[in-house]
Amino acid sequence: MDVLPKWADVILIPLINLLLAFIISALVILAIGEDPVFALKTMIQGSLMSTYGWGYTLYYATNFMFTGLAVAVAFHARLFNIGGEGQATLGGLGVALICLSIPWPHWTIAIIAAMIGAAAFGAIWAAVPAYLQARRGSHIVITTIMFNYIAFSVLNYMLVNVLRPPGSQDPASARFPEGTNLPTFQEFFAQFGITAFRGAPVNVSFLLAVAACILVWLLIWRTRLGYEIRAFGHSESAAVYAGISPFRITVIAMIISGALAGMMAINNVMGEAERLVLNSVEGAGFIGIAVALMGRSHPFGVFLAALLFGFLFQGGAELGLWTNIPVQLIIVIQALVILFTGALDNMVRMPLERLFLRFRRVG
Amino acid sequence: MNFFTKALGTVAGVALSATMALAEPALIYDLGGKFDKSFNEAAFNGAERWAKETGGSYRDIEIQSEAQREQALRRLAEAGFNPVITTGFAIADIMGTVAKDFPDTKFVNVDGWLPEVPANVLLINFTENQGSYLVGMMAAMASESNTVGFIGGMDIPLIRRFACGYSEGVKAVNPDATVISNMTGTTPAAWNDPVKGSELARAQIADGADVIYAAAGGTGVGVLQTAADEGILSIGVDSNQNYLHPGKVLTSMLKRVDVAVFDSMSAGENLETGGFLTLDLEAEGVGYALDEYNADLVSAEMKAAVDAAAAKIISGELVVHDYFASDDCPSLDF
Repeated sequence: MDVLPKWADVILIPLINLLLAFIISALVILAIGEDPVFALKTMIQGSLMSTYGWGYTLYYATNFMFTGLAVAVAFHARLFNIGGEGQATLGGLGVALICLSIPWPHWTIAIIAAMIGAAAFGAIWAAVPAYLQARRGSHIVITTIMFNYIAFSVLNYMLVNVLRPPGSQDPASARFPEGTNLPTFQEFFAQFGITAFRGAPVNVSFLLAVAACILVWLLIWRTRLGYEIRAFGHSESAAVYAGISPFRITVIAMIISGALAGMMAINNVMGEAERLVLNSVEGAGFIGIAVALMGRSHPFGVFLAALLFGFLFQGGAELGLWTNIPVQLIIVIQALVILFTGALDNMVRMPLERLFLRFRRVG
Repeated sequence: MNFFTKALGTVAGVALSATMALAEPALIYDLGGKFDKSFNEAAFNGAERWAKETGGSYRDIEIQSEAQREQALRRLAEAGFNPVITTGFAIADIMGTVAKDFPDTKFVNVDGWLPEVPANVLLINFTENQGSYLVGMMAAMASESNTVGFIGGMDIPLIRRFACGYSEGVKAVNPDATVISNMTGTTPAAWNDPVKGSELARAQIADGADVIYAAAGGTGVGVLQTAADEGILSIGVDSNQNYLHPGKVLTSMLKRVDVAVFDSMSAGENLETGGFLTLDLEAEGVGYALDEYNADLVSAEMKAAVDAAAAKIISGELVVHDYFASDDCPSLDF
């Protein structure tokens, strides 16, 4: 059944997809009269060649790791959670409510409480569609995406009517108290007299994201629950035969998924903005789908894919800052990568499989 | 030109601009995008006018994400641009923080609010309630069905201020008139969603509205289009949008963001900062548009009534309710 060796599946196909996306992007950039080589150089220079650039790349990557893992865990149970956006939005609300509730003495305590808040809000938001799927057969793709819009409306209502400090006309919460501000990499390195990551938002939650990657790997491949999730994902009838409850697995997988998506708020709300704004998730929930697809739902793959998308976002920002390439075109480039790695996977896979089969026959 | 010379040239160019062109201003657009035919485009027009009249050049940036707000501010300030001008209230908070790190750079924001304004920050606000009041009066006079519509971008206080001023104006002319109010969405996509704007306009027309005021950035383009297609009147916002559909756009509520940007760029490094600047009806910061495209729509009687109200507002005889002042609106529920 497995025509392709593992390395070809995991490394070769994503690389070819990426290459195709970059070639087409280069043609698009040429078509508007800009220099694609210079554009690529600007992107690499701005995102990978300085600690400042890395600071932003890793900041975006942290968001994408959480949402990518969220989608990946649900994928293993063959559940397509498109609701990462809404779950992360609600996670942000959880973080804000906790950060603003009491004057936290130190960030180490605040972050634990905030993690619980973020995960709980995200998990609850995912649990409702999961219940509807498991008990009522409402398709989870439809319900999760509809829950996104409900989440946006909830956030809008909360910010405009409840959390907005008196006098302010900006639909955003008050700034979180000092005790909740997470140390950034800049502050960490400054302790040792090193100036690095200047002004960049990457913070301690990056380490949380890496830890989450490892924990998800342990969960999926080293625990009984992970085995049940995978078994359910491969064949529901076989799982039932083996005594695995579809209801239980659907709800648990989605709760874990929603909690991971919600945890993203530790990075963008608590770590970066230090207050809750309307547009805090800004598409990271959807990017998570592409990240999970590209990373083959494996935590290490998600880690690498998140870095790639972090690079695309920070590189895109640098393009906007220092070239005349319009912002819409930067979105086109990002979309091309998603299209090739996510949607057009078989376009590369099938010819490659034929190629490998031919080699095998010759061999 | 091969790639290396071009790359070197650009690197040198960036280095030069960092040292020499100290007085070059920069402009950061809000998420709605530079060419929204409305709010951001007004800022762009002001900057273009400044560049044309003075021969100067400026740098402008369209940001793509929330985290880029701080990034763009810092990068531009570090590169020596002065003043750094931004549009939209959402960037004001982080601008207040960044400004403290660059005391020699002047920062300007249109629409923003800060509890404490740093010495090198200028916050420019407009009395949208006054301008909206005037176009609300015109809407009520032009309406034959006694039902008029309002389509906002997002349900945020700033847009409620537009809506409230508008309904006050409508009710001042005709206390029995109905104002239908809708918001486009709950994400920033709502500022640039002409299709949704068009749908909402259709729904309001079905409910009897025959004049619709759009205060929704790029979304308004769809509202104006549908209104023109369906043969009813519309009211543009921020920029003068009368030309989009000649004879179909009753007027536009002008918010002279272009003047704010032009004046800030003209003052350059000598810009007076450290507080708020409110551009009201008296300062001609807001108003209604009258040109050859809507001359046939605005009757002499209508013009006289609106101008009389404008004079009363300026003299202080008439106070238009301000949503910001009380967080509520007596004539419209949200």
